[in-house]
Amino acid sequence: MIEVKDIHKSFSGEQILKGITTTFERGKTNLIIGTSGSGKTVFLKCMLGLFTPEEGSICYDGATYSDLSTEEQRNLREQMGMVFQGSALFDSMTVEENVMFPLMMFTKQKKEEMRERVNEVLDRVNLENANNKLPSEISGGMQKRVAIARAIVTKPKYLFCDEPNSGLDPRTAIVIDNLIKEITEEYDITTVINTHDMNSVMEIGEKIVFLKYGNLEWEGDKTQIFKTDNEAVTDFVYSSNLFKKVRDAQLKGL
Amino acid sequence: MFYLDDIGRYFLMLKKVFSRMTKGSVLRSLIFKEIDDLIIGSLGITVFLAFFIGAVIAIQTALNLTNPLIPKQLIGFASRQSMILEFAPTFLSVIMAGKVGSFITSSIGTMRVTEQIDALEVMGINSLNYLVFPKIVAMFMYPFIIAIAMFVGVFGAYIAGVYGGFVSGSEFLTGLREEFIPYHLIYAFIKTFIFAFLLATIPSFHGYYMTGGALGVGKASTSAFVWTTVVIVTSNYILTQLLLS
Repeated sequence: MIEVKDIHKSFSGEQILKGITTTFERGKTNLIIGTSGSGKTVFLKCMLGLFTPEEGSICYDGATYSDLSTEEQRNLREQMGMVFQGSALFDSMTVEENVMFPLMMFTKQKKEEMRERVNEVLDRVNLENANNKLPSEISGGMQKRVAIARAIVTKPKYLFCDEPNSGLDPRTAIVIDNLIKEITEEYDITTVINTHDMNSVMEIGEKIVFLKYGNLEWEGDKTQIFKTDNEAVTDFVYSSNLFKKVRDAQLKGL
Repeated sequence: MFYLDDIGRYFLMLKKVFSRMTKGSVLRSLIFKEIDDLIIGSLGITVFLAFFIGAVIAIQTALNLTNPLIPKQLIGFASRQSMILEFAPTFLSVIMAGKVGSFITSSIGTMRVTEQIDALEVMGINSLNYLVFPKIVAMFMYPFIIAIAMFVGVFGAYIAGVYGGFVSGSEFLTGLREEFIPYHLIYAFIKTFIFAFLLATIPSFHGYYMTGGALGVGKASTSAFVWTTVVIVTSNYILTQLLLS
């Protein structure tokens, strides 16, 4: 479980996060949603330890990140997996080397053991016969799968995903969303996903945190989000014509 | 103030480069890869430039020796001194600031743009050590290139001088051996080691701390070349003053 308490973050005097307090539970797919510029990515990077908040604290299963020593922080980071928006695969390495990379860095396993684990996770993300391909030789959807495989290869306790289905066609996006949800349940990890895709909200939103201008505007789950009367949330949800038509149809009793 | 800030950040970067070392086995393969990219990959252009610059030095010296009282062996002497003291260590380093420097800046800058550096940091890896330290170690092989350039440059001077009909072979070789001071080689290699360190770290600094997208990578490469050249030329002056005067 990740507990966020009153975190503030600013850049060049501009306040980006203005006191966010929330919790992300283990075994659930937690979503951070909001329009562009609402502070989602900064919030995620604060949880990853890439940005240091000026105020507030972030606790990982009871351990407050800012109270940990550098060594302990590094150990904690080794328990985190991250899927970046652009996949962030190392372009000079093959698919297999990319997925094997965290194992090479943090374990003393033999090459054969590592290869076995790599094949296991590549199978888990339904990616076969791509071991020797370079990231530039595979599709965007496959790159996302490799990124997920790399993120889970060390069996992390926390999985963070920054817009995991951006740039993907709707069908592949749903496949990736469901894959993340399945992995979250299977590995019993705390997953936090940063998205502005309403389809993801509908598919996997077990807990949803809505940010607006750096404030936590609303939180709930995927059933509550369609019933809330919070204006900012309804504006965001029904900015899509499809959702607007569904709501109108419901209102008309169709 | 802006430059002071950058200088401060450069030294803080160096401190981080030498802290929290990457796993030995990983580091070893990275160093070999960097030697291949930075050193072996630069051998061809270095040999090519050294040969022709050596040849031109010999021709220029010969054409300017109009006084019959000045012996022709000066062509061999001048070629040797030019190659060892300045052309090989300094002039080639400025060229390498363009070739190796822009490669380092653009490769690290692209990793910054595509969040690969963030990916390393999230994994708990010291990205500066992982990316920059192998380059510094690889660049310690740089004097090897410079030594070859010195030899090829003098060989180019010999070919141009002798086969161009400006000087006889024996005169050239006599001049080549004349008043040879071994300390000049030590001076040249001290400079080379320092320039190698600058060639690895200044472009890395510009790549690592670049901002913006693809355009930012281009701008960072340009400023890396400019600043590496400025620092090399300035430190060349200081080192010459300290070591030769």
